[in-house]
Amino acid sequence: MTRKQRRLTLIGVAGVVLACAAGLVLYAMSDRIVFFNSPSDLAEKTMPPGTRIRLGGLVVTGSVVKSDDGGVKFEVTDGAATVPVAYKGILPDLFDEGQGVVAEGLVGDDGVFAADTVLAKHDEKYMPREVVDALKAQGVWQHDGTMPTEAAAAK
Amino acid sequence: MIAELGHFALILAFVLAVAQATLPFWGAMRNDPRMIAVAGPAAVTQFLLVGLAFAALVHAYIVSDFSLLNVVENSHSQKPLLFKITGTWGNHEGSMLLWVLILALFGALVAAFGRNLPDRLKALVLSVQAWVASTFLLFILLTSNPFLRLDPAPIEGNDLNPVLQDIGLAIHPPLLYLGYVGCSISFAFAIAALIDGRIDAAWARWVRPWTLAAWGFLTLGIAMGSYWAYYELGWGGFWFWDPVENASLMPWLAATALLHSAIVMEKRDALKIWTILLAILAFSLSLLGTFLVRSGVLTSVHTFASDPTRGIFILAILCIFIGGALTLFALRASRLAPGGVFAPISREGALILNNLFLTVMAAVVLTGTLYPLVLEALTGARISVGAPFFNLIFIPLAVPLLLMVPFGPMLAWKRGDLRAASERLFAAFGAAILAAMASAWLAGTEHILSLFGVALAFWLIVGALSELAFRIKLFRTPPGDSLRRLAGMPRSAIGTTIAHAGVGVTVLGLVVATTWATEDIRSMKAGDGVEIGSRYVQLDGFLQRDGANYKETVVRFTVYRTSDVVAVMEPSKRSFAARQTTTTEAAIATFGFSQLYVSLGDITADSTVTVRIYWKPLVTLIWLGAVVMALGGVLSLSDRRLRVGAPRPARRAAAAPAE
Repeated sequence: MTRKQRRLTLIGVAGVVLACAAGLVLYAMSDRIVFFNSPSDLAEKTMPPGTRIRLGGLVVTGSVVKSDDGGVKFEVTDGAATVPVAYKGILPDLFDEGQGVVAEGLVGDDGVFAADTVLAKHDEKYMPREVVDALKAQGVWQHDGTMPTEAAAAK
Repeated sequence: MIAELGHFALILAFVLAVAQATLPFWGAMRNDPRMIAVAGPAAVTQFLLVGLAFAALVHAYIVSDFSLLNVVENSHSQKPLLFKITGTWGNHEGSMLLWVLILALFGALVAAFGRNLPDRLKALVLSVQAWVASTFLLFILLTSNPFLRLDPAPIEGNDLNPVLQDIGLAIHPPLLYLGYVGCSISFAFAIAALIDGRIDAAWARWVRPWTLAAWGFLTLGIAMGSYWAYYELGWGGFWFWDPVENASLMPWLAATALLHSAIVMEKRDALKIWTILLAILAFSLSLLGTFLVRSGVLTSVHTFASDPTRGIFILAILCIFIGGALTLFALRASRLAPGGVFAPISREGALILNNLFLTVMAAVVLTGTLYPLVLEALTGARISVGAPFFNLIFIPLAVPLLLMVPFGPMLAWKRGDLRAASERLFAAFGAAILAAMASAWLAGTEHILSLFGVALAFWLIVGALSELAFRIKLFRTPPGDSLRRLAGMPRSAIGTTIAHAGVGVTVLGLVVATTWATEDIRSMKAGDGVEIGSRYVQLDGFLQRDGANYKETVVRFTVYRTSDVVAVMEPSKRSFAARQTTTTEAAIATFGFSQLYVSLGDITADSTVTVRIYWKPLVTLIWLGAVVMALGGVLSLSDRRLRVGAPRPARRAAAAPAE
């Protein structure tokens, strides 16, 4: 093998690997990413059932209903719109009524959002940024991360 | 008073770092031995001063000095002593101080153990190291000072986030930082070589032990973080492709590539420019990781309350160092003498493929991690790039790389014989097929890809061991002779074997634990039981206990296997009064390499509890494999060649038995 051939082999292999990686990334970006939506987005846009999204907002006080089989139903709001959510599994410790939550799952045909993952705040100071922005967009954001009515009730 | 001492020590360390950043550099440029001589003592003193500051902060935490804002926000007088100490770095300010402490430690180590380095190079390295140290010290003093006083001092602190009150906090961040910051040394060597305009095989030999140490710590740090998340977060997952996890994975991939390319540089005096670039990239990715964790630009489980000014400051540091280093690289790289191009089928060819794959993997992880930021800036759309994305792109790139791993050490330098290498790997191939067939017999052929994964794991493990067996002529000479050959082998070669086998162990754990894990979620009362993983888990009852700074409700489970009690498990719900928060402590019982994992949901008034039980077969192998890899690193580090480390003439190296 001449020096030139060796160099070409090397460049060729590198090119193939890079092209495969780029192809994979592009495919994954079109198919495997999840968009974040607020309840208002869900109300405005009509999404085909089965679309995978992340839904963020506050858990409506008094909406959490638990069933015997470990299932739980609750409602998520951003002040303007409210979406019912169904989830089966163990909720994070910091999940609570009136607190911020991000649920990931599928838009159902009956309007109920079927969540398979529920993320709550990591600590009591921190609120998912998406939720903060969604709440700010609706003008109901307060610095302590609670809805105005709940904040009043808690004090 | 002690806090003020710490504060002054920190300011003094900054001033000294500035001196260390300029004087030896000036001396190296002007060939002034007095200026050059400043570097070593300055580095050691800088470490002592930062150490003093850190000790002062730890002291404030131990005595619960609530006149310090940082202590008030993150500590509580009722907290157990261990968590008072670890709480020092369980927050932004303290963790940055730990970061700088470790940076100064590495500087001092170079000063102490770098006796065989040429003075000029050593001065340049320590000077570059001090550039990094001084910017970070300035960052701490200006935006994240842990020594700010509070007047009047409150009587009690806000306590540390209960999730962090765990032994994991004592181990994970220091290990990870030793890895992250250890990359700064190879970075400093690379910059010094670029400034100097000279680079040779000896350079690779000096850099290798530092890279190896950093890589070993990074491996352990990532594994420890993964295990911590696994047992603490209660989801039974060990890797979430969270931005912060990615931030630690990227430097690891780059450091792994650097380790391998440095071998080519050392043995064949080639790949110089590439190795320099990798050294720069590894530390750049570490800095990027620090930025991502500390700025809060990405939503992550690691994000604490963040402050935008800090983010901008770190971004500025990031731009200066990465931009500066790459500019210097662009200006100077052409001056370095390039090495030759070699045959594709050879040891160096295999190592280049390794580097190609590792860097492409780091690049795709980087793309996936930063893509949400870019997309949001461009279109305003909010997306989450998670496990489905990364699994799809990462696994197809990892598999060919892993398939090639056993071939690498079997190929000779310059010109390898692929056929001979394949023949020597016959046993590994057989073991892989057997393993796949055995798991198909045990678990069925439902998951074909996972059977392939099991085969891959055995291919890696047996492949690594066959290389060792071949070199010591196992079964081909009397056992005594083989043992003598083993004792005579360079430790770095044994280290390679062990580290490569460790990769196989981790792969086996990953494949088996993700494919054949079983899970059960249900509401349980006392007396209820669940059949899982050929074991029977029965809920015995509830009990209340008081911990040091919490109260907990413990749910006791007994695990039976064919009517014998094999384990008692006690997951609990802890409520911490100081922050009025609850945490769930999962219970884990280990059987061989497999684990039973029990996590609790809500406990209702009528004593019913939601229980999530997992059976995770061979899950511990994931972390054990990482420990094995790090062990390989340690063995390699103890190689005489690296301890002597001196630039021996190439003639003598050539006379030594070729590897």
